[in-house]
Amino acid sequence: MNWAWIPANIGALIEATIDHIVLTAIAVGVGLAIAMVLSIVIHRDRRAYGPVTAVTGLLYTIPSLALFAFLVPITGLSLLTAEIGLVSYTLLILVRNIVAGLDSVPADVRETADGMGYTWGQRLWRVELPIALPLIVAGLRIATITTIGLVMVTALIGEGGLGQVMLRGFNFRNWAAVYAGAAITLALGIVVDLLLVWIGRRATPWAAARTR
Amino acid sequence: MIELLAEVVGWFDDPASWVGPNGIPTRLLEHVLLSAACVLTALVVAVPVGLAIGHTGRGALIAVTVANIGRGLPSYALLLMLFPFFGIGFSTAFPALLLLTIPPILTNTYVGVRDVDRDVVEAGRGMGMTEGGLLRRVELPLALPVIVAGVRTAAVQVVATATLAALVGGGGLGRYIVDGFALQDDGQLVGGALLVAALAVLTEWGIGVVERRVVPPGARAGTAGGRAPIEVATARPSLARSG
Repeated sequence: MNWAWIPANIGALIEATIDHIVLTAIAVGVGLAIAMVLSIVIHRDRRAYGPVTAVTGLLYTIPSLALFAFLVPITGLSLLTAEIGLVSYTLLILVRNIVAGLDSVPADVRETADGMGYTWGQRLWRVELPIALPLIVAGLRIATITTIGLVMVTALIGEGGLGQVMLRGFNFRNWAAVYAGAAITLALGIVVDLLLVWIGRRATPWAAARTR
Repeated sequence: MIELLAEVVGWFDDPASWVGPNGIPTRLLEHVLLSAACVLTALVVAVPVGLAIGHTGRGALIAVTVANIGRGLPSYALLLMLFPFFGIGFSTAFPALLLLTIPPILTNTYVGVRDVDRDVVEAGRGMGMTEGGLLRRVELPLALPVIVAGVRTAAVQVVATATLAALVGGGGLGRYIVDGFALQDDGQLVGGALLVAALAVLTEWGIGVVERRVVPPGARAGTAGGRAPIEVATARPSLARSG
């Protein structure tokens, strides 16, 4: 095992880590935006729930490598191909959790907001979404850790961040690169998860105050 | 788009796609056998452990830790990491995929048994049932839908991830995708992807049917033990996927 490879290639490892973070951030960011719109549509009209979860559920079931294989002949070996795949896997998780969060708002709280003269949008923004936040953050955590893992698979279509380091290491039987890539990915997952927990706590100070 | 369609149809239509070690029947069988071997082994290992943890309430931390490690280590990484120890093909793919199959079944078994109404268990105990009898005749039947849901998650995940076994020289339907990329053969690429996607959807649907069948009559929808209308991801620790 050629451990000296790691210090000699620290620059490349940092670059791949940044790539990995950027690929993950784009996917989760775009996924959250789309999921938020879908969830608000469902929140307004419950009948949309079935069709939306059926489509996002189907996307979720299709193996990632197969989804990329469908897209490559159309969108090529590109960042777009990788992101379409990655975003589609975040949708089911996020929609489920955002809708569950909005559903967790007690009916009397909703009525109080209406009684105080809040418009539908004000009620959503100032009352319902803050109450839904813990469940939204829970969904974000699962979506993010899933995406960090799936970014690796995009190495096969020329992206991949740390997955690219691992694949190249594997092809040249350079096990130090394979283990370094795996270790950084694992650490990245733990750090990002803890970060999301912390952000979730900061964003809902009332929840911490209640348990104290 | 039309051209692509013609290529895919051409690949399926080619008699050579259906015979020999690289034929569709052989690759499909390899894919199903690898997936089934993982799910069956995981059942034998994870269900007894999950039942014991759920019944006694001891060792829950171990179950949660196992689930979290399984979630944090992507299958892609596991396959490449285990290769130097286990070698080409099935011998690497089996242990790597097994490590991904165990956590959803273990956590769902444990959570399923833990969430059985304690009053029901106490009633059984009051009727003089032994601990083993309680587990077999009360807790297991009531937890079964949750356990089967875990098996469904695990099976769909393993069918998806078995595609990546082609990376370490394994067989299965992933072969067509990896080779399709390498040869820039879109017919084979998309044809293989269609087969994998169909197998995954079929697995999800098939075990979903079983899942609805195993709900005990006393716990059908409408009663307390019925299926909740929305499955919150936090209540299903096994939702994260990696293939």
